[in-house]
Amino acid sequence: MRRLSPAISQRIAMGILWLLTLATIAVLFYIIFYILIKGLPHITWEFLSQAPRSMGRKGGIFPMIVGTFMVSGLAVLIAAPLGVGTAVYLTEYTRESRFTFLLRFGADCLAGIPSIIYGLFGFVFFSIALGMGLSVLSGALTLALMVLPTIIRTAEEAIRAVPYAYREASYGLGSTRWQMVTRIVLPAALPGICTGIVLSLGRSISETAAVMLTAGSALRLPQSAFDSSRTLALHFYILSREGLSMEKGYATASVLIIIILVLNAFAYWLMRRFIRRAY
Amino acid sequence: MNQDKLIALALMTVALSAVTGLAVITVFIFKEGVPIIVDAGLRGFFLSSDWDPAAGRFGILSMIVGSLIVTLGAMALGGVFGLSLAIVLTQFCPAKLAAIIKPVVELLAGIPSVVYGFMGVVTLVPLIRTYLGGPGLSVLAASIVLGIMVLPTVTSISVDALQAVPRSYWEGSVAMGATKWQTTHMIMLKAARSGIVAAIILGMGRALGETMAVIMVAGNALEVPGSLLDPVRTLTSNIALEMGYATGRHREALFATGVTLFVIIMIFNTTALVIARRGAGKRGPK
Amino acid sequence: MTPDALTPIIEVHDLSVRFSGKPVLNHLNLDIHRNERLAVIGPSGSGKTTFLRCLNRLNDLQHDFSHTGQILLDGKNIYAPEVNPARLRRRIGMVYAVPVPLPGSVYDNLVYGPKLAGVQSRDDLEELVESSLRAAFLWEEVKDRLRMSARDLSGGQQQRMCLARVLALKPDVMVLDEPCSGLDPISTAEIEDALLELKSSHAIVLVTNNTKQAGRASDRTAFFLMGELIEVGDTGRLFTNPVDQRTNDYLVGQFG
Repeated sequence: MRRLSPAISQRIAMGILWLLTLATIAVLFYIIFYILIKGLPHITWEFLSQAPRSMGRKGGIFPMIVGTFMVSGLAVLIAAPLGVGTAVYLTEYTRESRFTFLLRFGADCLAGIPSIIYGLFGFVFFSIALGMGLSVLSGALTLALMVLPTIIRTAEEAIRAVPYAYREASYGLGSTRWQMVTRIVLPAALPGICTGIVLSLGRSISETAAVMLTAGSALRLPQSAFDSSRTLALHFYILSREGLSMEKGYATASVLIIIILVLNAFAYWLMRRFIRRAY
Repeated sequence: MNQDKLIALALMTVALSAVTGLAVITVFIFKEGVPIIVDAGLRGFFLSSDWDPAAGRFGILSMIVGSLIVTLGAMALGGVFGLSLAIVLTQFCPAKLAAIIKPVVELLAGIPSVVYGFMGVVTLVPLIRTYLGGPGLSVLAASIVLGIMVLPTVTSISVDALQAVPRSYWEGSVAMGATKWQTTHMIMLKAARSGIVAAIILGMGRALGETMAVIMVAGNALEVPGSLLDPVRTLTSNIALEMGYATGRHREALFATGVTLFVIIMIFNTTALVIARRGAGKRGPK
Repeated sequence: MTPDALTPIIEVHDLSVRFSGKPVLNHLNLDIHRNERLAVIGPSGSGKTTFLRCLNRLNDLQHDFSHTGQILLDGKNIYAPEVNPARLRRRIGMVYAVPVPLPGSVYDNLVYGPKLAGVQSRDDLEELVESSLRAAFLWEEVKDRLRMSARDLSGGQQQRMCLARVLALKPDVMVLDEPCSGLDPISTAEIEDALLELKSSHAIVLVTNNTKQAGRASDRTAFFLMGELIEVGDTGRLFTNPVDQRTNDYLVGQFG
């Protein structure tokens, strides 16, 4: 077989590569537009502010919106200090050693555990062993563990990006290590850290398997963190699986997608601010 | 000085949270799941495809096979697309276009799995049923949907691997008259090989762990699938579908399924990490 | 200026420094007098910067740092266990080779140190800011833009700001590590003028690779070579009549 000339094989290869790239972009846009086109018309103010009726066939999704933000918000609230604290410890307070290797290994492993296993764990540990039952709190604690590795990783990156010279300058002016960390390093790393937090928020909002087994699927508005609650993603899953209402389903999915889009855009803007703060 | 030591100690305690969490998770999952594996016997649990909780039989072989088949299918798709995107992003892309492609990939990663499953059900499954036959809910559908879902993982880790290759490799090759494509597939891909392999293995780990989307498009039949168009049940679907109403030994068996999944994925992820680390070490001084 | 009238504010006794076991400074003995400008010269790698960083214990931050010997500040060993390094670094202030403006405004940069030291009243802080900037010959140029980002200043202005930043702590000793290495001649001259004014209230140690700068901007000069102090003495005398042959060879440019 005659060998193709390098120029031609480059053309072919690039053609294929670009085709695959365009196909990928097309898939994303198809998914987003499909859902939004079918769902946006059904998003009304009543939909967003009312409780569901008839198992979700009628009414709105207000309790789910509240439930979603309660679970995800609480999860990130718990995970953020833990994650940033871990990152600060790893970067500023120790050298690389077997101990730090163990800490990172723990975080990497946590990152790889599938969500259904987190669900099983949250169920048997938080809900049963610690007696929280199916509740926002149980879901939040479970999700906090899930997003902890992401926060650790992004916070560490952000902290390491702060130039060493700042630290020396701070010491030279008479600061302790903690003062340097809180007055110079963390403020400088803040945009990067916030990006990680926003991304984690997005992940926990999308999560279904883990919250299904820990926060439950109650349709009522949660009055406190000890109540069970249904998140938007879970509600969408139940609506479509039980075939309860296509319209409400599309509308719920649209709300989800819009929230994700907004969060991603916000994270993107934060990242650009992070990079533009030229050191 | 004492204050600084106290702070260091407090931070160290905080830093132990991830490892402690991992330990607690491992302990509790194994505690709930291992007894029934012992009870049913290794052969009765892992090598039997007879899953009949009502009759007390808990063989998960069909689901192990199901998970692996669907994962391989997902990687065939997600691996190819993901790697192509990574190559385009790092070697062939002007900055303006990269500014479009990167957010696209991140958004793909952000879309909830239930939405992917839903799209699979309303668009992909009917297509398969109409043009290829079978119930539509199939290995093929699950592979395609999963492939799209793991694509971002493969892309981002491959991008890291490709970007870590020293620029001098690229420049040296082009200076000798090679085309961009020749340089890419003869030099850059080889140099980034360990990172790319790690990306694929980690992608497989993600695919193995995916639950909601698979439930919606895979059909969840309890037999070992004979073809791409047959329905299939994975380890994850098994847990998610039956956990809602399982009690007693049945529930324990689901935890045991979880243990199996946990161990398989741990093996995959650790392998990937080791490969990536060894590859990074081999590269030597830049 | 007769050496007898000056009492040493810093005495270095038999200081030896190792990094990971590798010797960097060997049995150093040197006095630093109040109200003098001491230049430290020598080829790269002689340990000049290491010596400077011992004075404010910045070397403590390197994990492989070990030392023997003593450094006395006003008669007290700075490495004694009860000494607080943070407080020490306010008495011995350092200016680095590359200006490092901290994120924030000029004002923020200048009050950072004093705030850490406990100065709280706004009037005190503003007075400190003005007096330090005047002493660094920078006040006129930035007095109308104190709240603007410090990064927008030119290189020479940034370095003078770093000087002012250290002055705001009212240190006893100022140590400067090749502060003019990236600066144009005008900025260099401004800093040298500032140092001349400042010596009336501070002891100044100036590490420099530029022997001409040492010649014009110091009262005494110390010559380091490969981790040892070869010779120290009155600048005029050292440059024209060095005692050690190696000093002479370095000054005429035979090596370095």
